[in-house]
Amino acid sequence: MTKTGYEPLVSIDAITAGLGSVGYISTREISTAIYLAYNLRKPILIEGPAGVGKTDLAASTARFLDVSLNRLQCYEGLDEGKALYEWKYGKQLLYTQLLKEKLGEVMDGAGTLDAAFDKLTSFEDLFFSETFLEPRPLLTAMKQDKGSVLLIDEIDKSDEEFEAYLLEVLSDYQVTVPEIGTIRAQVPPIVILTSNNIRELGDALKRRCLHLHIDFPEAAREQAIVRARVPDVSEALLSQLVSFVQGLRELDIRKRPSISETVDWARTLLLMHATELDEDMVRSTLNVLLKHESDIQAVDKDVRTLARAASAG
Amino acid sequence: MAEQVLTDFIRALRSADVRVSTGEAIDAAEAVKLIGYADRQRLSDTLRCVLAKSPSEKLAHDRLFDLYFSRQAIPQDAQPESPGQDRSEHSEDGPGDMLDLMESGDETAIAMAMERAGQEAGLQDIRFSTQVSYFAQQMMKSLGVDRLETEMMQAFRERTEEGQAYAEDLIEGRKAMFARAREHAKQAFETYGAGATLAFREDVLAETALTALDVRDLARMQALVEKIAKRLASKHSRRRRKKNRGQLDVRKTLRANAGFDGVPFDIAWKQTKRDRAKIVAVCDVSGSVARVVRFFLMLLYSLNEVVPDIESFAFSGRLENVGDTLKTDDFAHAMDKIINDIGMSSTDYGQSLSDLRMNHWDALDRRTTLIILGDGRSNYGDPRVDLFREAAARVKRVIWLTPEGESLWGSGDSELPRYRPHCHTMKQVTTVKDLERILDEALSRYS
Repeated sequence: MTKTGYEPLVSIDAITAGLGSVGYISTREISTAIYLAYNLRKPILIEGPAGVGKTDLAASTARFLDVSLNRLQCYEGLDEGKALYEWKYGKQLLYTQLLKEKLGEVMDGAGTLDAAFDKLTSFEDLFFSETFLEPRPLLTAMKQDKGSVLLIDEIDKSDEEFEAYLLEVLSDYQVTVPEIGTIRAQVPPIVILTSNNIRELGDALKRRCLHLHIDFPEAAREQAIVRARVPDVSEALLSQLVSFVQGLRELDIRKRPSISETVDWARTLLLMHATELDEDMVRSTLNVLLKHESDIQAVDKDVRTLARAASAG
Repeated sequence: MAEQVLTDFIRALRSADVRVSTGEAIDAAEAVKLIGYADRQRLSDTLRCVLAKSPSEKLAHDRLFDLYFSRQAIPQDAQPESPGQDRSEHSEDGPGDMLDLMESGDETAIAMAMERAGQEAGLQDIRFSTQVSYFAQQMMKSLGVDRLETEMMQAFRERTEEGQAYAEDLIEGRKAMFARAREHAKQAFETYGAGATLAFREDVLAETALTALDVRDLARMQALVEKIAKRLASKHSRRRRKKNRGQLDVRKTLRANAGFDGVPFDIAWKQTKRDRAKIVAVCDVSGSVARVVRFFLMLLYSLNEVVPDIESFAFSGRLENVGDTLKTDDFAHAMDKIINDIGMSSTDYGQSLSDLRMNHWDALDRRTTLIILGDGRSNYGDPRVDLFREAAARVKRVIWLTPEGESLWGSGDSELPRYRPHCHTMKQVTTVKDLERILDEALSRYS
């Protein structure tokens, strides 16, 4: 057995610590899911609102394990050619042209048409070999000797056909290329699928995956995340801004601010040399947190109470 | 023992509407082997990750996990004794005997005995709250209540002061024991039974005539309708473009391969496009039909995931577009308002059709399924079949739904037989199941 990159995944606590070392603040649940995914060799399906760090988890896991991250972004109309492999048509064509003259030399010895045909068939595999195979993310992930993290992002945006097609890849960790044969992953990748619930995923896929739901973090964890990303922010400001954002999420608005927006806001406040949260400051920077004009107007009347509550707490 | 615990837990999950496949059960067993039973929190995290696959399932899991594992002592693999085998032994004079238990007052021993008695009584099969007492009795029996009663009678027969006192003690003890058994059975009902009862009720509801629904069932009905909508949605939300492999698209192929000197490397196939589903609902909201309309529209609007285009019109005397009114969160309230505002005048199908012709004719096009809900009783006015024929010609399909049975069609002022030739389907709907079937059929025409 070759040495894989998965050795750090010895225990749930080790995973939490390891993810922490690359700046991802994990929870018990998240670490458990990664631990199970490795030990049961199952993909993880992550659901949850946008911007809670679903994609980031995959990237951080790859960084932590020091293996490559192969990312497949899904969209409507995605097919095998873009996800798995494709033949390099252009290169094949170019080689055919270049080899044309050589072909004449090779064929020279053949007296009859049959003999020429036989000779030609013996070269056929030349053009359908791995030299001319363009690996796409799924295939690349299978071929890593050290193991890898395969991120299939926003699977809910792909078509159902593609979802069904993925089942084969995900349950056996192997890929069949008709001209070459079956390519099996020596070290199965850690597979992470994310979904924003645009459409309901098929039961078959759900059954094969572990399921992890990541929601907006509670205050303590959000503080830890912001602290990890924006180390310069003072503790007082940090606790105030986080509790303000948490309060904002309770309101009835179209798009609730995500973690990345909290981090952006912390950076903004730092840039403006804020040491404490005050109402005017909040008002002038609210557009960092809220991305819809209607939302900004909707929370306008609540800003004062929220800011007060945040400074008090 | 450990495996039995997990299997029973999975049964409890299934009865609470969490779908757990055999494969997932195997995964759970493997995961538990890996994690162990020692850390409760970790066990919960693990099972949650492997078994519960949506937010609502996670909620159900958390609730049941607490119920189940607070009741069940975490199994120890070291404990060799299995509950099934020593049944005969301990009902004789085993540690589970009720008299000994009461005398010892050992809480853990009592809890364990309860657990065992529950298993012997088949407590995991409890389905209804009315069964709680029965199961408690059964448990008492397997706890050895007979011996206690014999002893009690004997004590009474002694006719001494001590004997009386002893008997009183026994009676008290028996009462306490029975209360515990009841409690235990009740908890089991909450774990295994509550979900099952719900499922049973829903089955009944789906088959109940909409006009005969109880007021207290209305809320439950809403949940049921949402469930049906979800089922329909997952069945029909397939991709819109269907690849038609086998037929070469010559023009596309030539164009795509011009760069390769016309050598067809990249082959394009002909594709057929699926229509986007569009439904126009025209509903009679007067009197008897209103109830059915209510659930029909509720179902229709729960379907907006698969049917992005829904237009709905309500009429009795005049016809009005009610689409905007219904696109709110408070569906029930919107519906009441419509029925009060529009449903109060006397029904006139002819006038309503001509309103549709005048003001909303654009809503009907060749990808539309027109669904009319009404009894066709037009108070002897002109039914304007000509307009109806014209509408039917514009659209993909016409479906007429009526709450009345076929024998009544055409009786009195019913004009249904005159409309019938222009409909693709004319059906009686009485239950939610009927509605589901109809919509299922309508939607499958778009695949």
